[in-house]
Amino acid sequence: MQIEDVEKLAELAKIELSKEEKENLLSDMEGILNYVKQIQEVKVEDIRPEYNNRNIWREDKLESRDFSSELINKQFPDSKDDFVKVKKIL
Amino acid sequence: MDLKNLTIEKASEMMREGKLTSVELVSAYLKNIEEKNKDLNAYLEVFDDCLDQAKKADEIIKNKKGNKLTGIPIAIKDNILIKGKKVTAASKILENYVASYDAFVIKKLREEGAVFIGRTNMDEFAMGSSTQTSAYGVTKNPYNGGEYVPGGSSGGSAAAVASDMALCALGTETCGSVRQPASFCGLVGLKPTYGAVSRNGIIAMGNSLDQVSPFGKSVEDARILFDAIVGKDDLDSTSVNFINKENMIGGKIGIPWHLFQDGVDEEVISNFKESVEKLKKAGFEIVDIELPYSKYSLATYYIIMPAEVSTNLSRFDGVRYGLRKEGSDVNDSYKKTRSAGFGAETRRRIILGTYVLSHGYYDAYYNKAWKVRHAIEKEFEKTFQNVDFIMTPTTPTPAFKIGEKLNDPVAMYLCDIFSAPANIAGIPAIALPSGFTKNGLPLSIQFMANHFHEKDLFQIGKKFEGIK
Repeated sequence: MQIEDVEKLAELAKIELSKEEKENLLSDMEGILNYVKQIQEVKVEDIRPEYNNRNIWREDKLESRDFSSELINKQFPDSKDDFVKVKKIL
Repeated sequence: MDLKNLTIEKASEMMREGKLTSVELVSAYLKNIEEKNKDLNAYLEVFDDCLDQAKKADEIIKNKKGNKLTGIPIAIKDNILIKGKKVTAASKILENYVASYDAFVIKKLREEGAVFIGRTNMDEFAMGSSTQTSAYGVTKNPYNGGEYVPGGSSGGSAAAVASDMALCALGTETCGSVRQPASFCGLVGLKPTYGAVSRNGIIAMGNSLDQVSPFGKSVEDARILFDAIVGKDDLDSTSVNFINKENMIGGKIGIPWHLFQDGVDEEVISNFKESVEKLKKAGFEIVDIELPYSKYSLATYYIIMPAEVSTNLSRFDGVRYGLRKEGSDVNDSYKKTRSAGFGAETRRRIILGTYVLSHGYYDAYYNKAWKVRHAIEKEFEKTFQNVDFIMTPTTPTPAFKIGEKLNDPVAMYLCDIFSAPANIAGIPAIALPSGFTKNGLPLSIQFMANHFHEKDLFQIGKKFEGIK
């Protein structure tokens, strides 16, 4: 891994990093990847990865929940008339 | 009041017999909190309505409608939602966040009339093994004069119970986050079967691993809490109906000695061997077993968990709730918010997760980790055809000093080397106090059992408590 890789990952993850933080992360990543790469030596059957958890759907109908819209609205960092206000996307 | 030796059963009985009220009991804990919390920093907030909750509980008891947990003061980890209360996951990004609903486990405990005394400190977003990554300061281990970590990530809950600032507590586990602090603070910690307890209302870290887990001073206390929170919930599609299974009559214990040949503290090993001898004398059959795939549990965990973390934590963007830092455009706002809100360990895991999921590395890491996870699950399935329990030390070392391992992520991760197999395989495991080091720090052993065999774990736990 190079410092450019850390920069690219930080861009994907939407995190701003200082030069020092990038350098620290690079050395942390090397340590951690060096540890976890031991799984590459494990011999396993060539199975499709098993995803034991399957989606359970419910009918698309209105059900009551105990959320209060007031409590939710109060959490919006910025809002107008009970709507969350977002920055311009385009 | 002798809080040190108080159990849920005893307190509950005294309240039923009219010898104690919940208000008195909660007041006694509040007095301890007043004296100790400033120093230990176990609680991030003590709820201002806990005496009101206690009054309500006293009414229920007076009307003879109480259960075992009615009026019992419980500490709640700061990643479990309680409607109308702040919940921060010990992160700056949620500093002023107020929960808009009760977590499933909170609803269950509310029905029992339990008293929520406060929210406890933890590693930020439950990422850590020492409660040092909290944005709100470290929690100290009540043992040995405040120089040691309580373990983590549920370190605040563990320290609260161990210092008599709560009778019992809820934590959460993704990989050892209850068993490891239980071990460091001399408590019982149970990691339930994955799916036994709903994750609804828990701030998610690794969805395929997270599980709410109880702390108690005794096996019975942990059992009472577990019984109160277990159950299927339609709002968590991975929760299941708990089908109680038990096969303990004699109880055959397998020990994978090869997993702890190196890197384990001498006192931990000698205490573990003593515990094995005690169990032999008590009539348990003990056999050697090999778990060649389980050896890779922690490495597998440190691929799957960060992958789940990096997707889960993308929701913290400063738009709908939590911290917002204004930037020049939408992307810049996201970046500024997330950089200001997330601590170093959280960023590390988000970056690591983004890497293992990225094109070109996905097969080598994430996909391979899932295959290894599957092999580990199969290995346990096979092993439990032969033995009822698997026994290991809970942690490779006793509690370490505050400040240690903070700059060495891999050394910190290795604290959970014996925790990881149960989380990866989704099986239940219990951590039990097994003595003390020469310096007076708690030691612990753990038993793992097959899915839905919690009752067997409680039984062997009680036997082990009895022969100490």
